[in-house]
Amino acid sequence: MERILTKNVGKPNSQDIEVYSGGGGYKALEKALGMKPEDVIAEVKKSKLVGRGGAAFPAGLKWEFTRRESAETKFIVCNADEGEPGTFKDRGILLNDPHLLLEALVIGGYAIGTSKGFIYIRGEYYREIETVEKAVEQAKAKGYLGNNILGSDFSFNVQLYKGAGAYVCGEETALLESMEGSRGCPDCRPPFPAQSGFLGKPTAVNNVETLCNIPAIMTNGGDWYSRIGSPDSPGPKLFCLSGQVNKPGVYELPMGITLRELIENHGEGVKGEFKAALPGGVSSSLLTNLDTKLDYRSVAKAGSMLGSGAVIVINKDTSIIDVAKNTIDFFAHESCGKCSVCREGTRRAREILTRFSNGGGKAEELDLLLELGEVMYDTACCGLGQAAMNATASAIRLFGKEFEQKVRK
Amino acid sequence: MVTLTINGEQITVPEGTSIMRAAKQVHVDIPHLCYLEMLEPEYHCRICVVEIEGEPRLAPSCVRQVSEGMKVQTNSARVRRARRMIVELLLANHHIDCPTCERNQTCELLKLAFELGVKEIRFEGEKPHYELDKTSPTIIRDPNKCVLCGRCVRVCHDVQTVSVIGFVNRGLETMVSTFLENGLGNVECANCGQCIHVCPVGAIKEKSAVDEVWAVLADPEKHVVVQEAPAVRAALGEELGLPAGTLVTGRMHAALRRLGFNAVFDTNFSADLTIMEEGSELVKRVKDGGVLPQITSCSPGWIKFMEHFYPDLIPNVSTCKSPQQMFGALSKTYYVEKAGIDPARIVSVSIMPCTAKKFEAQRPEMADSGFQDVDYVLTTRELSRMIKEAGINFASLPDEPAEELMGLYSGAATIFGATGGVMEAALRTAYKLVTGKELEKLDIMPVRGLDGVKTATVNMDGLEVKVAVAHGLGNARKVLDEVREGKSPYHFIEIMACPGGCAGGGGQPISFDLVLRGIRGQVLHNEDKGLPYRKSHDNPSIKKVYEDYLKEPLGEKSHHLLHTKYTRREVV
Repeated sequence: MERILTKNVGKPNSQDIEVYSGGGGYKALEKALGMKPEDVIAEVKKSKLVGRGGAAFPAGLKWEFTRRESAETKFIVCNADEGEPGTFKDRGILLNDPHLLLEALVIGGYAIGTSKGFIYIRGEYYREIETVEKAVEQAKAKGYLGNNILGSDFSFNVQLYKGAGAYVCGEETALLESMEGSRGCPDCRPPFPAQSGFLGKPTAVNNVETLCNIPAIMTNGGDWYSRIGSPDSPGPKLFCLSGQVNKPGVYELPMGITLRELIENHGEGVKGEFKAALPGGVSSSLLTNLDTKLDYRSVAKAGSMLGSGAVIVINKDTSIIDVAKNTIDFFAHESCGKCSVCREGTRRAREILTRFSNGGGKAEELDLLLELGEVMYDTACCGLGQAAMNATASAIRLFGKEFEQKVRK
Repeated sequence: MVTLTINGEQITVPEGTSIMRAAKQVHVDIPHLCYLEMLEPEYHCRICVVEIEGEPRLAPSCVRQVSEGMKVQTNSARVRRARRMIVELLLANHHIDCPTCERNQTCELLKLAFELGVKEIRFEGEKPHYELDKTSPTIIRDPNKCVLCGRCVRVCHDVQTVSVIGFVNRGLETMVSTFLENGLGNVECANCGQCIHVCPVGAIKEKSAVDEVWAVLADPEKHVVVQEAPAVRAALGEELGLPAGTLVTGRMHAALRRLGFNAVFDTNFSADLTIMEEGSELVKRVKDGGVLPQITSCSPGWIKFMEHFYPDLIPNVSTCKSPQQMFGALSKTYYVEKAGIDPARIVSVSIMPCTAKKFEAQRPEMADSGFQDVDYVLTTRELSRMIKEAGINFASLPDEPAEELMGLYSGAATIFGATGGVMEAALRTAYKLVTGKELEKLDIMPVRGLDGVKTATVNMDGLEVKVAVAHGLGNARKVLDEVREGKSPYHFIEIMACPGGCAGGGGQPISFDLVLRGIRGQVLHNEDKGLPYRKSHDNPSIKKVYEDYLKEPLGEKSHHLLHTKYTRREVV
């Protein structure tokens, strides 16, 4: 497959605007500015592009909702607060091809009807921040940002916000709270950010990878894009392969390749014997079927979720209890503490799994964990709490025997 | 209007209605913990969740608005399971010392656990072990009992606009604390105690003086005198099992005698005295071109708030001490002279609807008698606990009067406990001071009621006196900002720190219900109507104290004993 998202990665000085525009960069913007904003959105809808941050919401629809809001002031925010364990795809773009993102963001701003865009970037991404800041300056100097872009009536500026290290701020409503200077705690939806987002104004929040599909869609059309990969959720996907594989890394592959193809053809196989994989980072449920197709619908059908495409491979030497405990350690550490059910639920789940890990579990606590997982899914305010128990619950369902062996005799 | 179905019953409600409110139409009160009427919903607790057809997850009914055709189940098995488990989780992290917790009769978590049928706590593990915040002279916070519902944060920030508490740390370490965790005693806390009222559990309580008072009552060397603020008599009955709205003046005096107080007086006496002084001060300011508007000074929560946030308005604030402190000063001067007692033997106790009064009594300048003017302050709740502990059958007590010397009072004094009451009382006397005539229509209706800011104009023989009344510090800001900008049209402003005035003070029976506070205020207006004297200047004991001791309002003795100064305080 021709690389779309990573086509410039590997070129010398790929982060430089000259290299980017030399390879046809900012042509998509030129084309988009010649179209009506509604037509830009129609093209994105035609492409069937869905969000790559984890929730897989149709990107064109999100823009349409934001555009249709009657408020005069609107915003577009790029979510670059990449923080899910096992996810390291967006940083590759930020470091190597920041202009791809900027071009996409300007098109997004034009589409929804705003002249103000933000990039909320993970605070620990020091080099990425520096690279993006430099790219913004370059784009301003070349007239791709600022007033009357490419001689049009459209003006657009970008401002960077740096996160302060909270995973939950990658959740869009918490991200907006953080931008407003409040505690990074998720908000209730509805209203969705498209209706009431940053400073209460309609706001489209798009993940880095999602946006980076836009220039190619503008250039080649939505129909072209919709034929790539899986028909349900087409397009290229950046898979972050990690865990017990021989060649971990970021791979741009069409949606719908199988887990087996990813691990064997690209990751050069499992270190040891395959036991399971988390297809969408620590928020997802374990998969054991290597022939599962990696697209949003197929993974969901298999009982998990593709999320951001962080595929973590686990071999047979690894205790599944430790896998579960690791995921819960993470969520207990990253829970914002607002919802009682997530705060107290992750606290107790961590304690129970720690006891199991040390051979001191109680048999009835397995059902309790499953029930807790269901209640957290049902009642937590945001995706963090809703998904926190996914890995644990699937571990108990798929590898119950391992847990039973750790019950205190 | 939106039509929806709740539990199979179709209803129509206005757009924007929350599911929780809509459910009341089908006779369902959805269980909740962090939600509180009058505060913005913050959906922390997740207990009020309901099932909405077609949605993958449950939704918090406090914040989720109705939509056309929505089908809601408030009581499905899935909903009940979720609610139970959340309460179970909260209990697993709670210091369960219910028998000794002072909120065991009013604890919402305890009630929820029982009502939702939580039968066991299946989660075993660490309990929190935070240090208690005892830095405040008035309020103790126990983070080990806190359920992080955020109501205290919202009342402090949204209603009182004081904002000294907030969430700190993150996730499992989240707690409610102050700036830099300095403690409530080291921040701009007004000591209003509204956080106590909204706390669903025992995480916030007053700093009790019950044991200290028991000790002095048992000490034969001490002569213990007691005063009770107006609003106490309108609420003490509630705390002792009588219906809300029961006036218990006589039983209150009777109970205090049976607890062993040597002399039972009444703060209402000194409320009348306050009117004499403050009314005279107002007339003087108006006549001599002094600083106007004059602002009342009897609410110590308001005073500390002013000292932090509006110190530039110190010249506007009446120099009168509050009735509590006027009484305290006289108890160790006037009373001891009349009774022939060594003032060193006197212990002056006050019963207050207020937590801030504990702070006020400890202010270093409140020692004009040569001793600390007021030694101990008990809240209405603390007094009721003493009455219960002593086994006094409060309901069956006879009505007894307070001792006349400093216990006789007018109707003007008793309405101090309701928002607008000080204003009404002051106008009754100011009218006399300005015109030399008696005001005929004593009920000044525009300053009564529960509107946040109330205004009135009173014609005093051609002099149009404009007044305003604000209760709750958020409302106070509206009036004060006008004064600060030089746009205030008023001559006299009454400010009470607590919503509903003293009837809703931080020491009253636990409730944040403004309607209930209004009922307590009405009790006092009813008492006013039935009293033989309804104007402070008519009170014979007031005439006597001026004749025998103080000589005249704003006189030298008054200046020394009944007036005070304020302190500029910082905002960190």
